[in-house]
Amino acid sequence: MENPADTTDYTDIYAKHSIEPINPLDSIVVLDGMPIISPEKQSKLFKALTKAISAKAGIDVSDDQFYMPLNQGKSDGYIFLTLKSSNEANTLINKLDDSPFDSKHTFKINKFSQIDAYLNASDEYTEPTIPPHNPKDHLKSWLNDPRGRDQFLTHLADDVQLNYNNRNNPPETTHSKHNWTNSYVSFSPQGTYIGTLHRQGVILYGGPNLSQVSRFAHPNVKLIDFSPKENYFITWSNEPIVLPPPGSSTLCPFSPEDQGNSLAVWDIKTGELLRTFPTTPGKMPWPHLKWSGDEKFIGRLVPGQQISIYSIPDMNLVDKKSLKIPGVVDFDWCPWGDKDAQNAHSGKGVRENMLAYWTPEVENQPARVTLMAFPSRQILRSKNLFNVSSAKLNWHNQGDFLCVQVNRHTKTKKSMFCNLEIFRLREKDYPVEVVELKDIVTFFAWEPRGERFTIITQSDTSNSQQMAPGVLVKSCVSFYQLDKTKGDFKLLKTLDNKSVNTIHWNPRGRYLVLSTIGSQSKFDLELWDVDYGMDEKKEDIAQIAQVEFYGVTDIEWDPSGRFLAASASFWRHQAENGYAIWDLKGQEVVKTSIEKFKQFLWRPRPKTLLPKDEQKKIRKNLRDYSRTFEDEDAAEESNVSAELLTQRKMLVNKWNEWRKLCREQLTQIAAENATGEDDTTVEEWVDEIIEESEQVLP
Amino acid sequence: MDLQRPILLQGHERSLTQIIYNKDGDLIFSVSKDHRINVWYSHNGERLGTYEGHKGTVWTVSVDKKSEFLVSGSADNALKLWSVKTGACLYTWEFPTAIKRVQWSNDDSKILAVTEERMGYKGALRIIEINKEQPTQQAAEPKHFFEPAGSKVTVAAFTAIPNEIVTAHESGKIAKFNYEEKKQIGENEEAHQDSIMDLQLSPDQSYFITSSKDKISRLFDTKTLDVIKTFSTDSPLNSASIAPGSHYIILGGGQEAMNVTTSGRSGNFECRFWHKVFAEEVGRVKGHFGPINTIAVHPQGKAFASGGEDGYVRVHWFDDSYFRTKVYGELEPVLD
Repeated sequence: MENPADTTDYTDIYAKHSIEPINPLDSIVVLDGMPIISPEKQSKLFKALTKAISAKAGIDVSDDQFYMPLNQGKSDGYIFLTLKSSNEANTLINKLDDSPFDSKHTFKINKFSQIDAYLNASDEYTEPTIPPHNPKDHLKSWLNDPRGRDQFLTHLADDVQLNYNNRNNPPETTHSKHNWTNSYVSFSPQGTYIGTLHRQGVILYGGPNLSQVSRFAHPNVKLIDFSPKENYFITWSNEPIVLPPPGSSTLCPFSPEDQGNSLAVWDIKTGELLRTFPTTPGKMPWPHLKWSGDEKFIGRLVPGQQISIYSIPDMNLVDKKSLKIPGVVDFDWCPWGDKDAQNAHSGKGVRENMLAYWTPEVENQPARVTLMAFPSRQILRSKNLFNVSSAKLNWHNQGDFLCVQVNRHTKTKKSMFCNLEIFRLREKDYPVEVVELKDIVTFFAWEPRGERFTIITQSDTSNSQQMAPGVLVKSCVSFYQLDKTKGDFKLLKTLDNKSVNTIHWNPRGRYLVLSTIGSQSKFDLELWDVDYGMDEKKEDIAQIAQVEFYGVTDIEWDPSGRFLAASASFWRHQAENGYAIWDLKGQEVVKTSIEKFKQFLWRPRPKTLLPKDEQKKIRKNLRDYSRTFEDEDAAEESNVSAELLTQRKMLVNKWNEWRKLCREQLTQIAAENATGEDDTTVEEWVDEIIEESEQVLP
Repeated sequence: MDLQRPILLQGHERSLTQIIYNKDGDLIFSVSKDHRINVWYSHNGERLGTYEGHKGTVWTVSVDKKSEFLVSGSADNALKLWSVKTGACLYTWEFPTAIKRVQWSNDDSKILAVTEERMGYKGALRIIEINKEQPTQQAAEPKHFFEPAGSKVTVAAFTAIPNEIVTAHESGKIAKFNYEEKKQIGENEEAHQDSIMDLQLSPDQSYFITSSKDKISRLFDTKTLDVIKTFSTDSPLNSASIAPGSHYIILGGGQEAMNVTTSGRSGNFECRFWHKVFAEEVGRVKGHFGPINTIAVHPQGKAFASGGEDGYVRVHWFDDSYFRTKVYGELEPVLD
């Protein structure tokens, strides 16, 4: 009998498992660009080369591995070097190619096998085929809305919707996507991309049709963090990277040295992986890797030891050394403000990147907050602190101030209080002012683009009786402002006996919302105006509106600062999820209750391109501008009401017609069923009033 | 809603299951889980009497047009015929399972009874002829008996067409049957997504309103079973009623008791008024502190009553402004 195995075609399997024949020439390299010498000096040159190769590439070679061909009693400027393996040859090329040998000579290294290939290269020029250009979508198309409306994203059950927020009318849904993400959705900081998370990795969408811009394979990704100028982003998965088994067809951007890491840094435009990092053991703060404001560096904290800063996009450790800071607990970069962007744009000098970190008290050393410039690593300012329990770094979003919230304990360690150490970063020598408080600060918020901050304070209850769950701790809200003449921060106003726990400043400043998140009984949102008395040239802070949203879990101002949104997310609780939008005066624009509502996000806007003087001009002629908008609003409103009226008329006509038909049918049925005898009895009712009296009861 | 102060009927110790007006609108009958049937004067809320005899939750009640005879169905598997005037129980039928819905036919000659699906018995529909001449002498067996296949019937009602009843089902389906021929003559499988809790016909019976756990109430054409209007709310609906003489329908429901304790505020225990043509909510009436189980509107549309899980019946008489106010201006459909 014929063996079936003999006739089976195995070529595909052979092809799959074929091993490239080892080219012996692969382990021989040609060192070019070498000095031209006489044979007497050969041993001296070999010695120098051995030294250089050992130092730079870590490869030990002996003289007999070199071969220097001679031409008319002199060398020709190149040397053959036979290495132990092809791998060694690769390492040597990687490390030494194009690097200087001495002041006059530079290494030019090639594999002998490659030289062979170059010799065999065809002399004829063939035009490379350029793939046809595929025009990309306009990624900022949503900004082209003729009415300049802002967009927001809603995520309910398994649907994601993108909507335009209308000033006076219910929102208009422009895109609706089903099963778009496996967990959450995230906008990039300037709104260009929408990132969705999947089991396989991250997909970024953008453009007028929300089409796929790029995909990034990071299995079981859980968190993403975009860089400030949205050129890069970081992904994190709780599962360390594992390479697919060899021969597997799965696309995998990772290489063997990435195994076991769980953070990946990506370049959005090229779609390429820049580098992976492991997470430090223990609690993982997010963001784990911190972007510098100008996106040139990324910092990674190893708690208690060091801060490692890598340059982007080459991802090399800057100056090949980390900042060794024994005991370091936390650090953060100074954000990139509008002023910095302007300076960069106009070619003026840009402030060097700054970062702040703090170290706790150890033995005889006080706790310390340090402000450092980077990459110069120059310490700009540091401040010693005593009796410190913990500290928190609060950067002003324009990089103008830094407030270090220092939680301190009394000598007996029985109670806590708080100091605010405020660094002024746009002034010479970075002066520091201290605001001393008797209470602990539970919430701190800078006014964006302003010189004010607001805090929520509570008296320390940690050592007294435990509060029952659901009981609200009474708190105070205090407003502070920079006094430019004195250079310190003065208290403007304190609101006592509040039960709020969060502050949301309007992105344009001036207004803020006080709210209680996570409470079982309080859902108020208080709108406050910090410049209430501005028209009368008075300093006054007043509440201008109060709205309520049951079960509120998230609050966000729209990028223009004209609308406020609150939402109750299914992820936090399951009772009455949904969202609402109000205008600045607390006037409700929309309020909906949606089953399994998960996420509400305003689409961020990029920074304005309008120069300062143009902005000023608009502010000056605001009345003229607002008139056009008011007209538009009025037109829209009458349009809508006309539309609504027609719609209702249609409904009424339809109903009346249908009712007429019903009545006709009923008469018909009645006629059919009339069996001759009339079963309706005529009864006569006589009402007789016997007596009627009215009494007034005492 | 601008309303006079409601009349609170406090005579039940447990949650209400159904309330109805008689044809003249002067009486309200209410049944409850406390085994009791109460009758009240609708104008002042004074209790006229009770009908004692059931040994289980009374699920349903119906009164004939002349307010002579009352029928009630209970979880004690008994269907009872009562004299409205004396309160005496005239006859008792025993069935294998609880009776969930009873209704008098248009000519008051027979009643329908919907029985529960339980203990191996399928949910069934029975049509019983009533001997009014000798009310204590009734046929023990129903004239018609049939068990619709598929999802069980939750509520049913006679229509204007002889021998025809419309049914609502646990699956969210609605159907029509000819009980003489024991045949399904129409259905709408997609009427609702969840169990239908109540079904009430319009005064001329040409359309009817349903309310469902899927938080939606709908108007259907009785002839075609097509959806005429949809009213989407944010909480499960137990009852819906068409208010005669106005353009409104009234919806009632609320989060189920088991889900309420976790949330901090009332679970939408309001009667909601919707414009039935524009399908827009126009107002709410607060008052109950538990889900609303049943709503009935005065036959001439002068008042409405709601019965709640909280054991109270609230009777609201509409005041003049209710009839005068034109929420949508002059643009209103023709009144029936």
